[in-house]
Amino acid sequence: MQHNKINIWIRIGIAVCGVALFAVQFVPIWRIDLDAPQYPEGLRLLIYANKLGGDFDIINGLNHYIGMKTLHANDFIEFTVLPYIIGFFALLFIIVAAVGNKKFMYVLLGLFAAFGILAMVDFWRWEYNYGHNLDPKAAIIVPGMAYQPPLIGYKQLLNFGAYSIPDIGGWIFIAVGILLLIFVIIEIRLNSKIKNLFQCLQ
Amino acid sequence: MKNNNLKLITTVTIIVMLVVSACKPKNIGNAVSADAAAKAYVAPGKYDAFYNFVSGGFSGQMSVYGLPSGRLLRVIPVFSVDPEKGWGYSEETKPMLNTSHGFVPWDDLHHTEMSQTNGEIDGRWIFGNANNTPRVARIDLKTFRTAEIIELPNSAGNHSSPFITENTEYVVAGTRFSVPSDNSNGDVPINTFKQNFKGYLSFISVGKEDGKMDIAFQIECPGVSFDLSHSGKGKSHGWFFFSCYNTEQANTLLEVNASQKDKDFIMAVNWKKAEEYLKAGKGKKVPVKYAHNTYSDKTHSATSEIKTEVTVLSAKELKDICYFIPCPKSPHGCDVDPTGEYIVGSGKLAALIPVFSFDKLQKAIAAKDFAGDFDGIPVVKYESALYGEVKKPGLGPLHTEFDGNGNAYTSFFVSSEVVKWNIKDLKVVDRVPTYYSVGHLCVPGGDSKKPSPKYLIAYNKITKDRYLPTGPELSQSAQLYDISGDKMQLILDFPTIGEPHYAQAVPAEVIKNNSLKIFKIDENANTYVAKGEGATKVVREGNKVHIYMTAIRSHLTPDNIEGIKIGDEVYFHVTNLEQDWDVPHGFAIKGASNGELLIMPGETQTLKWIPTKVAIYPMYCTDFCSALHQEMQGYIRVSPAGSSVPITFSTGTNKPAATPEKTN
Repeated sequence: MQHNKINIWIRIGIAVCGVALFAVQFVPIWRIDLDAPQYPEGLRLLIYANKLGGDFDIINGLNHYIGMKTLHANDFIEFTVLPYIIGFFALLFIIVAAVGNKKFMYVLLGLFAAFGILAMVDFWRWEYNYGHNLDPKAAIIVPGMAYQPPLIGYKQLLNFGAYSIPDIGGWIFIAVGILLLIFVIIEIRLNSKIKNLFQCLQ
Repeated sequence: MKNNNLKLITTVTIIVMLVVSACKPKNIGNAVSADAAAKAYVAPGKYDAFYNFVSGGFSGQMSVYGLPSGRLLRVIPVFSVDPEKGWGYSEETKPMLNTSHGFVPWDDLHHTEMSQTNGEIDGRWIFGNANNTPRVARIDLKTFRTAEIIELPNSAGNHSSPFITENTEYVVAGTRFSVPSDNSNGDVPINTFKQNFKGYLSFISVGKEDGKMDIAFQIECPGVSFDLSHSGKGKSHGWFFFSCYNTEQANTLLEVNASQKDKDFIMAVNWKKAEEYLKAGKGKKVPVKYAHNTYSDKTHSATSEIKTEVTVLSAKELKDICYFIPCPKSPHGCDVDPTGEYIVGSGKLAALIPVFSFDKLQKAIAAKDFAGDFDGIPVVKYESALYGEVKKPGLGPLHTEFDGNGNAYTSFFVSSEVVKWNIKDLKVVDRVPTYYSVGHLCVPGGDSKKPSPKYLIAYNKITKDRYLPTGPELSQSAQLYDISGDKMQLILDFPTIGEPHYAQAVPAEVIKNNSLKIFKIDENANTYVAKGEGATKVVREGNKVHIYMTAIRSHLTPDNIEGIKIGDEVYFHVTNLEQDWDVPHGFAIKGASNGELLIMPGETQTLKWIPTKVAIYPMYCTDFCSALHQEMQGYIRVSPAGSSVPITFSTGTNKPAATPEKTN
């Protein structure tokens, strides 16, 4: 009957992950750093669970030259939904830790990984739309040029270099995902060890 | 034989000529040593180590240079209008130049002095004096803009200013021209100087937090010319020292008549005592008129208030405020060393430098060791206050700065040199030539308790052959010396704006991190602000038309305006909506009889325009703001008086009218 229960230390670990996910609500998840000859100090777009931060007003001002839509948090359903999803996951982590059922943990890993992939796909789609849906009356039109920022990493867009990387919240997400994966692997190994032990006893 | 003689004579002549020309002193070009360039070099993109705030003299402005590069960073408009920046032309800044004589568009800024705390430069404000229409200005070093100007009643030619006390309790002003007081009948014969003319010193209090200036009191003194001043510090904190010339009280040909006496004075003022008398109610409230102008970074506008009263203490009646110390030959510079013990007087025509001791002065005053009095003010015996004299330092000493290591540096106008001497033993240590005729000089913090003695800058009156010729009118110059070694070394020479007089320099760290980048648009409290394009409008009030306009890269809103008529007074209230560093917008309109506007991010400025001809007028952004700056332009239609064209305004929606079809 014990083998369906998660190791106590791992349960504590999962609980800590849940608490960490709550914290993601308050820190930026992603950031896009921009620099240009006119902006040696750099511009930074911060993406929070529920809003945009950093220099997005200035970036909006500049983007009108290439006909990019201005960024407004209200235009994104994501900023309404994301806090709930994160809250849901935080709660789920804590429930799994409390119940301690291994199967729940495997399901949690599956859900979390699916969410991670979905989120990145959504982010890419978001970047694609902004980078491609340009006003045909824009002042600057470079044939064949799109302004989609990189999903992750560096890309030169006209005079701007764009560098897209996770911020604190994103790193927490990644860390939580990796930890959960490690927990699952440990559990599976423990499981097979116990099985082996039983087999030896028989 | 004859031929031989001729040969001999020719040979001798050539030899004599060679020898004589070799005796001629080496040219000044040789005075610069090889490593000078490296010492003054600041690589592109790198910051200078010091800010140097230099008075603009007859330009009326203050210039800011970086040291050691000598790069001009900014010219701050203070007492003179500056159409480039809209200073004195925009409706918001006009009140800053208001005086009891009305709007005064020019002045002569001679001296700069930075605010201090505990005798050290604190980098909050810098003050400047107006030498013509007596005023003192305070410049805020967060914005590098003139924040306040106060006029001085009972004064004419505020030269001995704006020197400050060690905690910026007071900034002082004096009168270079004694005149009858504002309250008395000024309609008197000029040759009644002795009977009617008085010299006033003003003590302007400075608000501890906000820097707000207020004339705390004036001291009425005998009619002389107050020239320069410096406050005591450390042990002499509580005292102020003013040099005086024309103790002959001449009213004409001062060149001769004010140079008669062997000694004029340095006046020691016990301002702590004056404060006591003020508290005890010994001051007389005198009706006067003077302007007090302040600029607000919230409303982005200035207000000018005419004040009507000043409190005057009489130096003659209140015996123990002022004392005269004899000082040779029309003293000019009056400088106090970092310890506060030594007061250096510089007689313009003297061939020595007297150094007075604060301790000896106190003893002499306590013992009433007086040689007599001048117009009711006790005159301390020269020897009783004298620490010693620097013998044969040069000709025509003017000003002295200090390095905090026991050395003083004095400028000599006539012999065109800077002389370094030791304060304790009064011996000359080193001397360097200046090109040419140095006036003021400056060591960073050199008149404070804590100098940063890396450099010395000499401000020269004559440049002659120093730069490429530019016609009869040549620039003045600054010369930078490295004084970190035993020997002063000339490392750079650069032209200046206007005529530099006194200057201040300070390590960059004291100032650069407080520098403001933008004004927050949310905090803009200008009456005519438009905090977004949605708030733009055109409002007619009789013949006054107020245009609430915005500027953002790269359009003006509105940029098509109709319904203006001849006889209208049009006010363009332009708000720069940018909230980004270094994105000012400019605004200009054809035919405007004033200037342009330069509007910083988040700021609102107003240009008044009275069109005189029926026409379509262009307007545009004057400060290259973006790739489409050239497109940042618009039109205004001016119709005849009485026209029925309604007021309309828009940006981007005024579509081309249909071309009328031809009917033939």
